[in-house]
Amino acid sequence: MNAPQATPSREFLKPPVTEVGVLGWLHSNLFNTWYNSLLTVVFLLVLWQLVPPLFSWAFINSVWNSPAEACRDIEGACWSVIPQNISFIVFGFFPDGHQWRPGIAMLLLIGLVIFSKDSKHWKKSLGVYWLVGLITMGVLMYGGLFGMQVVDTDQWSGLPLTFMLALFGMVAGYPLGVLLALGRRSRMPAIKTLCVVYIEMIRGVPLISLLFMSSVMFPLFLPEGVSFDKVLRAQAAIILFTAAYIAEVVRGGLQAIPRGQFEAADSLGLSYSQTMRLVILPQALKIVIPPSLGILLSAFKDTSLVVIIALYDVLKTTKVTLSNPKWTGFSTEAYIFLALFYFICCYAMSSYSRKLEKALHTGH
Amino acid sequence: MNESEKMTATSPSEKPIIEVTGMHKWFGDFHVLSDINLQVHLKERIVICGPSGSGKSTLIRCINRLEEHQRGQIIINGTELTNDIKNIEKVRTEVGMVFQHFNLFPHLSILDNLTLGPIWVRKMPKKEADEMAMMYLEKVHIAEQALKFPGQLSGGQQQRVAIARSLCMKPKVMLFDEPTSALDPEMIKEVLDVMIELAEEGMTMLVVTHEMGFAKSVADRVMFMDFGEIVEQNTPQEFFDNPQHERTKLFLSQIL
Repeated sequence: MNAPQATPSREFLKPPVTEVGVLGWLHSNLFNTWYNSLLTVVFLLVLWQLVPPLFSWAFINSVWNSPAEACRDIEGACWSVIPQNISFIVFGFFPDGHQWRPGIAMLLLIGLVIFSKDSKHWKKSLGVYWLVGLITMGVLMYGGLFGMQVVDTDQWSGLPLTFMLALFGMVAGYPLGVLLALGRRSRMPAIKTLCVVYIEMIRGVPLISLLFMSSVMFPLFLPEGVSFDKVLRAQAAIILFTAAYIAEVVRGGLQAIPRGQFEAADSLGLSYSQTMRLVILPQALKIVIPPSLGILLSAFKDTSLVVIIALYDVLKTTKVTLSNPKWTGFSTEAYIFLALFYFICCYAMSSYSRKLEKALHTGH
Repeated sequence: MNESEKMTATSPSEKPIIEVTGMHKWFGDFHVLSDINLQVHLKERIVICGPSGSGKSTLIRCINRLEEHQRGQIIINGTELTNDIKNIEKVRTEVGMVFQHFNLFPHLSILDNLTLGPIWVRKMPKKEADEMAMMYLEKVHIAEQALKFPGQLSGGQQQRVAIARSLCMKPKVMLFDEPTSALDPEMIKEVLDVMIELAEEGMTMLVVTHEMGFAKSVADRVMFMDFGEIVEQNTPQEFFDNPQHERTKLFLSQIL
């Protein structure tokens, strides 16, 4: 019984086609006014000066996989610094001959992450896969079973360490941050105060000092003989740090939800946790995907700070490679490689978040 | 209070479903509701009107505890409204509310909007909830929109969905807070028609509205509020033809 609608009596035409072709685009975007044309020409000149030398350094005169001596006399990049040292850069101090173990663990982790991206797989079975996967990874890394030699966490280094610290930091930090955000908005004074104090204190110090405190100060408070695993301490610091920042971002998202949503949920008789879980958080978390991603990207790159507590993530292992006199002087190539690595990982996360935002827009 | 007893559709000895006694409410220092005494019996349809700021919306929001009262008693179906969250949630399952701005959940489909309450509060299985929801969607003449999202519907359609959503909880009383005030004139009729159907089926309703046509055709009682007090209440005939107080006469002259 919808309101009767009148039919229109005019013709609905198609919109006109704009200027076509590459030349048309060039004309309207790059050369449309005299100053734009001038800027275009200047910019092209700058590119002409920079790009060919860079290209010839990086690709034409470069060597890709040769022993160190071959790199001494060439004019181009010595990319060999990476392939020649790849086993140390990727696996760090993990004992030679056993490096297949972190290799498989990493592949398993990446495989699980890629599997989890697809929303079709978001069922209870996913939890089971992760549990099995995590246990397998733990056994592979630590050893002790099936005749595998025990490898202490002190020797876990390189890419597996970076991925592990980053992934668990994000996965544990995010829900903790959501709880903190809800706690900060609570009307119960004790909970609210606790959350505010936690958030402001953690945000007030750099991550590097948290790592330092967790590694140096924390053991002083423990009784004689009791010690916490160093990797665990670093992981805890990263989780706690990420959670504080996520909390504030989520709190912003919660503030954006109109009061009517809370009231409608209340008037249906939904409890606090049902309201948050079913009505408010789905909307709030969706709104804050962009800044949340920013925090998670920072968390990923901040894993490189664990160098301060003598843990060897992929940044540190690369640096250590350069301290070898054979390879000194090729730091440009090494750091470009690292930058590419971080960029690829961050870009993958970024593009996933964009896809997620697009998918969640369906319907409204 | 004696006046309201005379005006009820059923005999005074039947226990009222809503009983408000000596209720006062303050917003900070501002005394927004003063000495409210109200009894609502089952199947009664009450229209509350008055100038803006008179406290009409605040009054009905106190009844489902969206606002807290500081003095007096509100008893709904035998449960007193206090700070006890269990009582509050119990009352809210028996009292449905329709808002001026619809307040549908934009991230859920229309069907999911309706089944959310029954599934999670009444613990109904999904299939049963879906069937019930479709039944109520048909009742408000909007069944074909079940899988769409609120953003795709017009205002009138959204409000009808909101009414169906409240009905899915099978409330004993429905509160309407200016349900048609945010609608285009063409859509007001479709919503009022649904409300009239509901009234004729015997739903107990408290409606805050400026739609006097609705009051005349369906209400058992019309209540006029001004400056936080109930000034006058009467049958629609008496209320519109024979207003007693000056303020009521002034208000009616402005809107009719």
